[in-house]
Amino acid sequence: MKTEIKLIKNGKRLDGRKNDELRPIKIEAGVLHRAEGSCYLEWGGNKVLAAVYGPREAVPRHTQNPLRAIVNARYNMAAFSVDDRKRPGPDRRSREISKVISEALENIIITEKFPRASIDVSIEILDAEAGTRCAGLTAAAVALVDAGIPMKDIPVACAAGKIEGEIVLDLGKEEDNFGDADLPIAIAPRTGEILLLQMDGHLTQKEFDKALDLAIKGCKTIAELQKKAILEKYQKNMEE
Amino acid sequence: MSITAEIKKDYIIKLAKSGKRVDNRKFDEFRKIKIETDIIKKAEGSAKVTIGNTQVIAGIKMDLGEPYPDAPDSGVMTTAAELIPMASPDFESGPPDEESIELARVVDRGIRESKIIDVDKLCIIPSEKVWMVFIDIHILDYDGNLFDTASLASLAALMTAKVPIERLKPMFENLQEKHPSIEKYLKEHPKDFPLPLSDPPISCTSAKFNGIVLMDPSLDEEQIAEARLTIATDTKGDIRAMQKGLNGSFTVDEINKVIKSSFDNGKKIREILYKSVGK
Amino acid sequence: MTKETREIVIPSQLLGEIKNKKAGYGTFIEKGKIYSEILGVLSADSENINVIPIRGRYNPIEGDFVIGIILEAMASSWLVDINAAYPALLHVNEVQWDVEFGETERYLNTGDTIMAKVLQVDQEKKLQITLKDRNLYKVKGGNLISVEPSKVPRIIGKKASMISLIKKYTRSRIFVGQNGRIWIEGEGQDVQKAIEIIELIQKEALSYGLTNKIEDLLKKDSKEVH
Repeated sequence: MKTEIKLIKNGKRLDGRKNDELRPIKIEAGVLHRAEGSCYLEWGGNKVLAAVYGPREAVPRHTQNPLRAIVNARYNMAAFSVDDRKRPGPDRRSREISKVISEALENIIITEKFPRASIDVSIEILDAEAGTRCAGLTAAAVALVDAGIPMKDIPVACAAGKIEGEIVLDLGKEEDNFGDADLPIAIAPRTGEILLLQMDGHLTQKEFDKALDLAIKGCKTIAELQKKAILEKYQKNMEE
Repeated sequence: MSITAEIKKDYIIKLAKSGKRVDNRKFDEFRKIKIETDIIKKAEGSAKVTIGNTQVIAGIKMDLGEPYPDAPDSGVMTTAAELIPMASPDFESGPPDEESIELARVVDRGIRESKIIDVDKLCIIPSEKVWMVFIDIHILDYDGNLFDTASLASLAALMTAKVPIERLKPMFENLQEKHPSIEKYLKEHPKDFPLPLSDPPISCTSAKFNGIVLMDPSLDEEQIAEARLTIATDTKGDIRAMQKGLNGSFTVDEINKVIKSSFDNGKKIREILYKSVGK
Repeated sequence: MTKETREIVIPSQLLGEIKNKKAGYGTFIEKGKIYSEILGVLSADSENINVIPIRGRYNPIEGDFVIGIILEAMASSWLVDINAAYPALLHVNEVQWDVEFGETERYLNTGDTIMAKVLQVDQEKKLQITLKDRNLYKVKGGNLISVEPSKVPRIIGKKASMISLIKKYTRSRIFVGQNGRIWIEGEGQDVQKAIEIIELIQKEALSYGLTNKIEDLLKKDSKEVH
């Protein structure tokens, strides 16, 4: 999409960030009373709440898998989270994002421990500003840990993209709207395996390598923030 | 569905018969109320209210739209509530069920019928373009008394909302070609301005079981409730909305007592509300 | 009193190697290395590495004493909520009464509370419980509260020291289910006090010096010591 906005001026992006800089991120674990695990996360202008129930017997019965638990992640944007009010209820975009997030989480949750059960993850985007699926998955991961779900790793997501020919980390709102490519990914930080990968736009293979590399680096930085948030919540009970 | 143990229900009733509640509150006492406003940047107005452990966020979005044919010079408001699955193990995802519809409609009536929003001041071009106010209620954590929490969140969000002239400037500019009156409208409203509101009535909900009436029921108290009564009162002591729920009944005497407690608590809650919106 | 190191570990944290340690509860092995699979407290000695969970539902173990709530009475069994990932089955053969086919509702109904024991956990995690034991029965009266199952050992204490302390000073009957449910019966104020103390233990389960703190709190408001 052609635009008159210049996304990069004097080596700085619209919000002053360098090409490899993340927006500010704040993570808090265990914020809800009823949910078995929960997480509140702010990422740039994004505000996300994630909650987990389970493992619990999957309903309806015909969805049960006799060998393992099924993971149902539900990504939803609040009506008031965007400029033009969004009609409540899942639309096709939300359903696709729910699917790719469920699949990413299924990979690292040790589902064989809970045959016939479901692990239900609810992700609500309360305030949206580009990169909501990455923020949602990152929050869901912390909520899963908070719920005591057994996992092989704590997944984390981040996006990289191309704006005006340059590969940058963590696209902001205008960059997402007017840039040339957007590559959100999720990884299992311990092994570096890719659990979620989507790209829209146009990248040469070299550009893709650079973007992937940058996104992975971003993920690893955020993984440290997730761990810190979890330990902060539970460590303080020890310091008495 | 979560099943509550009968002995737990019996214990609540036993305590209530000796004048006590499980959390040591008086029968007409509310749990701690916390209000935060302006928490969602994308929304025109927003508020998060916590009563005890129940947490609700309300967001206000506005847009230009067409008026109802029977009120061509008035703005339009709608209220929707979502009982999202994260709030309770018993909430399922899917289209709104009767509970969320009743919740939305009761909150809506409380605001609409008491004319809190001065919809006559939300007309842009008579019979053609008016402001639409969307109130969206998001239940995040359910621990009893959604009515009052949702209603308070909606009020706090409305009282801190700004009509988005600036964000919608392009739409106004498009209208200007066909409607020269827009120019005058924009001169009168050059910037975002607060929603035109009047003093809001405050809603208070009570639950009844075994002949005992309690205000601000917790989750456990709601689960044994036979009847529920929500009453909204204003600064003058007048009654502005009422809703009875569930299949039990109230005596006239009980209703009068609840009206009095609702007015007393309404006063206290209104103070908390005004303080949080900077009034 | 020896201070054990209480280290919090998280999923994917490297804890050791199988060549020198045995991988115990709460861990998984990958390429010869032992990792934590849950958020928990590390419990390791010279031979074993275990992670004790601090969150999550109750994980049923055969022989555990649990407090259950009847979900549904079926033809020759009941479905019971024991705060695990699955409901448990109580078969008519596992109760003291002689129950005719289809007569289950005469004995136990939805909402009833029972003191039961975990009888069997099979390969598919299907759970069975039993009421066939001297101290197992349908509960009448009292109050039921829920705590995190991971906090139960702390509430019971070493050799039941903590729970005995609470029972003594609140003069209440208290039964703690391994599944995080606790039944309390006593005088109004005493029951409230017991609940407050239990909630305090839940909140500060991981801190040191808790037993002394609780003992002081209990003694403070108690008028007589038995």
